Amino acid sequence: MNPELMRSLHDLLPQIQGFIYPNEIEIHWGLLIVVYPYITGVVAGAFILASLVKVFNVKEVQPLYRLSLLTALAYLLVAPISLVSHLGHPERFYEILLTPQTSSAMAMFGFVYAWYLMAVLLLEIWFVHRTDMIAWAEQETGVMRFLHRTLALFSRDTGERAVVFDHKALKVITIVGIPSAFLLHGYVGFIFGSIKANPWWSSVLIPIVFLFSAIVSGVALVILLYMIITPLRGGRIDMRCVDKAVDFLFYTVIVDFSLEFVDFIHRVYQSEEEIKILSEMVMSKLFASLIIVQVLLGMLIPLLLITLTKIFRKRFSLNEDLRKMVYFISVILIQFGVFATRWNVVIGGQMFSKSFRGLTTYKMGFGGIEGLLYAIFLLILPIVILAVLMKVLPPWKEMIGEGASEGA
Amino acid sequence: MTGRRTFLRGFLSVLLSGGAIGGILKILPSKAHATEAPLKGKWYGFGVSVDKCIGCARCMDACKTENNVPREPFFFRTWVERYIIRKNGATTVKTIEPNVDPSPETASDKSILRSFFVPKLCNQCAHPPCVQVCPVGATFQTKDGVVLVNEKKCIGCRYCIQACPYGARYLHPATRTADKCTFCYHRISRGLLPACVEVCPTQARVFGDLNAAASPMSRFLRMNKIHVLKPGLNTEPKVYYASLDGEVR
Repeated sequence: MNPELMRSLHDLLPQIQGFIYPNEIEIHWGLLIVVYPYITGVVAGAFILASLVKVFNVKEVQPLYRLSLLTALAYLLVAPISLVSHLGHPERFYEILLTPQTSSAMAMFGFVYAWYLMAVLLLEIWFVHRTDMIAWAEQETGVMRFLHRTLALFSRDTGERAVVFDHKALKVITIVGIPSAFLLHGYVGFIFGSIKANPWWSSVLIPIVFLFSAIVSGVALVILLYMIITPLRGGRIDMRCVDKAVDFLFYTVIVDFSLEFVDFIHRVYQSEEEIKILSEMVMSKLFASLIIVQVLLGMLIPLLLITLTKIFRKRFSLNEDLRKMVYFISVILIQFGVFATRWNVVIGGQMFSKSFRGLTTYKMGFGGIEGLLYAIFLLILPIVILAVLMKVLPPWKEMIGEGASEGA
Repeated sequence: MTGRRTFLRGFLSVLLSGGAIGGILKILPSKAHATEAPLKGKWYGFGVSVDKCIGCARCMDACKTENNVPREPFFFRTWVERYIIRKNGATTVKTIEPNVDPSPETASDKSILRSFFVPKLCNQCAHPPCVQVCPVGATFQTKDGVVLVNEKKCIGCRYCIQACPYGARYLHPATRTADKCTFCYHRISRGLLPACVEVCPTQARVFGDLNAAASPMSRFLRMNKIHVLKPGLNTEPKVYYASLDGEVR
């Protein structure tokens, strides 16, 4: 038995407000499950940004194309880690792949994930980089040459027909990829939305809200990464690109905000039996993370900031550096906001009793698998993976025009 | 070349659509789970007479002993709630603790309108949401309608705990797998009564085969007005309550 768990549960006893079922004291889905939808959200969002270029032909954001694909891959690789480590028996995780129960939303994870990784992301990245990898391998020696050869699956054909095929394949993959990205994150929302026992989760809007907040977080993160990495590489931030991407971000935040607002109004107006305990929870336990971080800092302030720059950019030809700063602050705020959204859904859904008579508290640990340190590690890990990916599949030429003259 | 391509295309589309349709049919609840009692064989149910429960908590104690449930007050296969409803409409609820005299004493308090005890346990739903969501099929429904957990297979994802509307499940701290009331399956399959029913001094708990024509269970259903917990969720509980108060959830 786990004496540490017992101690923390005993500490929670006096903090219970009202009545909860006795088994409800322990919050079962903790920080790791907050991290999971956040990470998959970034994947879906980054991919949608990438498909803006390929499917909707938004030429301005071309510099973000490869970066967003690599970001999506880096985050996708980390997504299952948080899931598997939170299991009571991580060593049995393969059961979910070998003997999945088809009626379970969670059991579909393996298939949705595998489909998205293999059929969409890896394929798209491969076709995008195929000719480049061949070209890189020609100029390299040793390990990198071997690596690029292998990653190109030893294809050597850079003829016109092969390149035309690459482009055609990319188009198809991206078109398949958009619904797949929607599926990936809509599905994550469905895991929560389909729990009829929990009125905080059980809503048809949840998958859609998840989807739009996913797009918001992914796009914002790619913009943030672009704005940090480009100067670090000694490049110049392409403001036309950032302006366009922020435009797109702006509209998505508006849609996201409206959806969440509709959900809120709907709940308050219908005012079903759980409304009392839910509003009590929102006004006490979730006040900071929902009202302050998610809505105010994560949505309203960035919306206001971006709106102001939009107005003043036209009227007073707003200084580029000032615009950069505003964008930079906005995308960081949005990250915190979306993370808070995940927190409020996952943790909030477990803080009120299903008897609708009381609230419990979540006490976040510091060390250990469910602790803060491990969660921070999981949030940093994709950045490290991204750095490695950018070494192997450098996006510099497209991002900052570096090496363009070398004809690589 | 074209022949092979058409063949592959056709094959793939059949595969994909077949899989999708099959998957959807499986997800549909009526296909996936038995919701009605089988005509032959046993179909177990449980009766609770709210008026008979005196809140002695012997059932809670017996259950923990019988089923090796941890003694800490966070893990229960069964528990008893005490409701106190005051004249001003205020309702307080508490889970009673074994060996602790329930306070306040209600007889002398004139502000109290009514008070009563409600035993709770897994409702062994005919249409169990926990079985529906279990990703590996570790939670399943037996032929006789009891929902069990295979602790060798459970991966400890706790989705079932989230899906249970009644708070009947917990994660066993020793096995790290989901756990809950089994109607004492090891006992009932040998013709014995569940431990809580066995020890109840007032016969507030009744157990039996719902298909049997003459049994304490069928008599209980015949002689009482019956209600179940959270009927709106369509889980079809097989724990039936007599004289259940509207305040109980």
